[in-house]
Amino acid sequence: MASEKSSRSGSGGKRPTGNGQKQPAVAAFTRAERLDAYKQMLLIRRFEEKAGQLYGMGHIGGFCHLYIGQEAVVVGLQMALKPGDQVITAYRDHGHTLAAGMDAKSVMAELTGRRHGCSKGKGGSMHMFSPEKHFYGGHGIVGACVPLGAGLAFANKYRGNDRVCLTYFGDGAANQGQVYEAFNMAELWKLPVVFVIENNKYAMGTSIERSSSTTNLSQRGLSFDIPGEHVDGMDIEAVRAAGVRAIANARAGKGPTILEMMTYRYRGHSMSDPAKYRTREEVQQMRDTHDAIEHVRNLLLKDGVNEADLKAIDRQVRDEVNAAAEFALSDPEPDPSQLTTDVLV
Amino acid sequence: MPTEVLMPALSPTMEEGTLTKWLIKEGQEVKSGDVIAEIETDKATMEVEAVDEGRVAKILVPAGTENVKVNTPIALIEGEDEKPAKPAGAEKEAAKPATKEKPAAVKPEQPGDEHKLSYEPASAEPEIAPGTETVNLTMREALRDAMAEEMRRDPDVFLMGEEVAQYQGAYKVSQGLLEEFGDKRVIDTPITEQGFAGVGVGAAFAGLNPIVEFMTWNFAMQAIDQIVNSAAKTHYMSGGLVHVPIVFRGPNGAAARVAAQHSQCYSAWYAHVPGLKVVAPSTSADAKGLLKSAIRDPNPVVFLENELLYGTHGDVPKGDDFLIPIGKARIARAGKDATVVSFARGMVYALEAAERLAKEGIEVEVIDLRTLRPLDLATVLSSVKKTNRIVTVEEAWPVCSVGSEICAQVAMQAFDDLDAPPVKVSGADVPMPYAANLEKLALPSVDQVVAAVKQVMYVA
Repeated sequence: MASEKSSRSGSGGKRPTGNGQKQPAVAAFTRAERLDAYKQMLLIRRFEEKAGQLYGMGHIGGFCHLYIGQEAVVVGLQMALKPGDQVITAYRDHGHTLAAGMDAKSVMAELTGRRHGCSKGKGGSMHMFSPEKHFYGGHGIVGACVPLGAGLAFANKYRGNDRVCLTYFGDGAANQGQVYEAFNMAELWKLPVVFVIENNKYAMGTSIERSSSTTNLSQRGLSFDIPGEHVDGMDIEAVRAAGVRAIANARAGKGPTILEMMTYRYRGHSMSDPAKYRTREEVQQMRDTHDAIEHVRNLLLKDGVNEADLKAIDRQVRDEVNAAAEFALSDPEPDPSQLTTDVLV
Repeated sequence: MPTEVLMPALSPTMEEGTLTKWLIKEGQEVKSGDVIAEIETDKATMEVEAVDEGRVAKILVPAGTENVKVNTPIALIEGEDEKPAKPAGAEKEAAKPATKEKPAAVKPEQPGDEHKLSYEPASAEPEIAPGTETVNLTMREALRDAMAEEMRRDPDVFLMGEEVAQYQGAYKVSQGLLEEFGDKRVIDTPITEQGFAGVGVGAAFAGLNPIVEFMTWNFAMQAIDQIVNSAAKTHYMSGGLVHVPIVFRGPNGAAARVAAQHSQCYSAWYAHVPGLKVVAPSTSADAKGLLKSAIRDPNPVVFLENELLYGTHGDVPKGDDFLIPIGKARIARAGKDATVVSFARGMVYALEAAERLAKEGIEVEVIDLRTLRPLDLATVLSSVKKTNRIVTVEEAWPVCSVGSEICAQVAMQAFDDLDAPPVKVSGADVPMPYAANLEKLALPSVDQVVAAVKQVMYVA
């Protein structure tokens, strides 16, 4: 069986296994796609920097888990989706909301707990949703979004539509029991789901080596016959290519794939994380040599896009983020009457 | 115009900190993400990163300064070719009018506000009009018929759980459903409660109407996170955007001789949770009418059945449109001397005790709550107004139980109506023992209910 299955991921070449192995060659991005990817990744980064700043000023409360460093994963995978495909993730969800096309204003206003936040200020950083954009959260319990994502995929299969659910979780969640319960049912029922493990190497402060008996998470589905791919999550073109393969399989009724996205978060687990579990040099080295946005920027420059055009994009993004922040600070808090609404339908 | 770097709050509780060290000098260029300083908070030493690009124009607070308040400007950064940054004041200005509503605007909550009284108190008139055509069914059949009718009515309704399909239900509740609806809509799951509960909730997010059967509610302890954190809270957390129309059902409470891990009553656990509706029927008619309502309800409903009641018979009105509203109690027996409030299998003790007491000339009013959230306090309070005495009966543990809540609400809202302190009859405060004699002692009894009623009536 396993060998038969492995040919499934072979649509893009041989089944990848080893750590850090490059994926087979895939269709490169067009210049327009690269520009679009650059802009979207930059939007997430600037948005998150601004969120960090507002947190520092006390405008955002509680926990705030920034996505800085991991931008290529959500933007690349979103580019592989078709309209109507669903996305669900855990608590580090700001990047996912923006990639899904949710309005930066409503997302930032949710972070500041204001009435026009996407969850009316009731959900906060970890609990944001947009059924309209097919984004189903935003879930604060580590691992819980994995069966939920399988359930969204179940609904697709039940209805006989050709939608696929992208179910994101982290390397930390990959050790939760319910993840494997979901793997089992997803393969058993051939659900149209793609499991995306965003491996940023640290489950809060515990490195993957200290928390996991096997560290190649792409192989965690093998006992269920779920093929896995190990993907350079800092290379948006590799991300999209892997996404295209896995999503096509899911859409064709061939069941789930696990995509392990090797990525890195530059900031702490949350804003109050002193990050003493890794060296400053490690972070700096990733920034200097593997930054996903710099990578695309360099490709664009090589491609003949000039600095001025990129500056214009930078400015556009900054303006959008500043407008979001201004909105999020001037929007009123929820009306007190909102305390007891939305408990039941 | 230079941008001010402000002393950041680096934890949800930080108000001030020590600026231990600067890692930049005046005149130095910084990029977003560069570590510029170290700050000691109440919890740890943290690194501060630059958020903007530019040249450090001035360091305003020297290294080693203690007790620097959050939001104090600590340095100035000059942008390069960017559009001039907004005047530093502008952002602060925008930050200020965050229009804090006066807390006084919050309506002071009335005791019992959490139980919305959407119905008039139940009357003692029979709910099913005399002359209605009925059929005598076991509760097991009534539940099956409810599911079958709703599945015929709405193609989005489906049943999933352990042994619900080919095995025909561990307790035979789903008998015949696989044959009628096929394996697309009657789905055997692996033994993986947390997983399939989550799959059900995800399917409900997408607009389907899953009925998730737990072989017993004891096993749903594995799934309680998905029931509470994912099903009950998502509507609220999403500001009303996401709906979770799902029913979780299965037998609850003690069966017979299956001991501690298979005999727990979860009524109070789920009744505690905002965002859930909780139902616990005691008759065939209620089981059918309430399960149909639960399946049609746009909210997550926890439906607590009882294995020992599955085989009990009762008359059920014919027809596909027989619904019992969720949130409405039923007066199972009218009386004037004392009110006995119960639900599920507690009703067996309550009604038998009422029968026995009637022979001694004591007329007990027995209320079947049927729904545990929202509680129909109106019916309970209006009965207490008449009888001035109340006894609660349940099989659950006594601490923080549904009976505790009823007694508390009656004491808070009808203190002046009471002629005696409320009395609670419940299961014993122990894990369920296996030995037959001990098990009997751990459950409530008719004798206990009779004695409790006599206690509130001050008769021997």
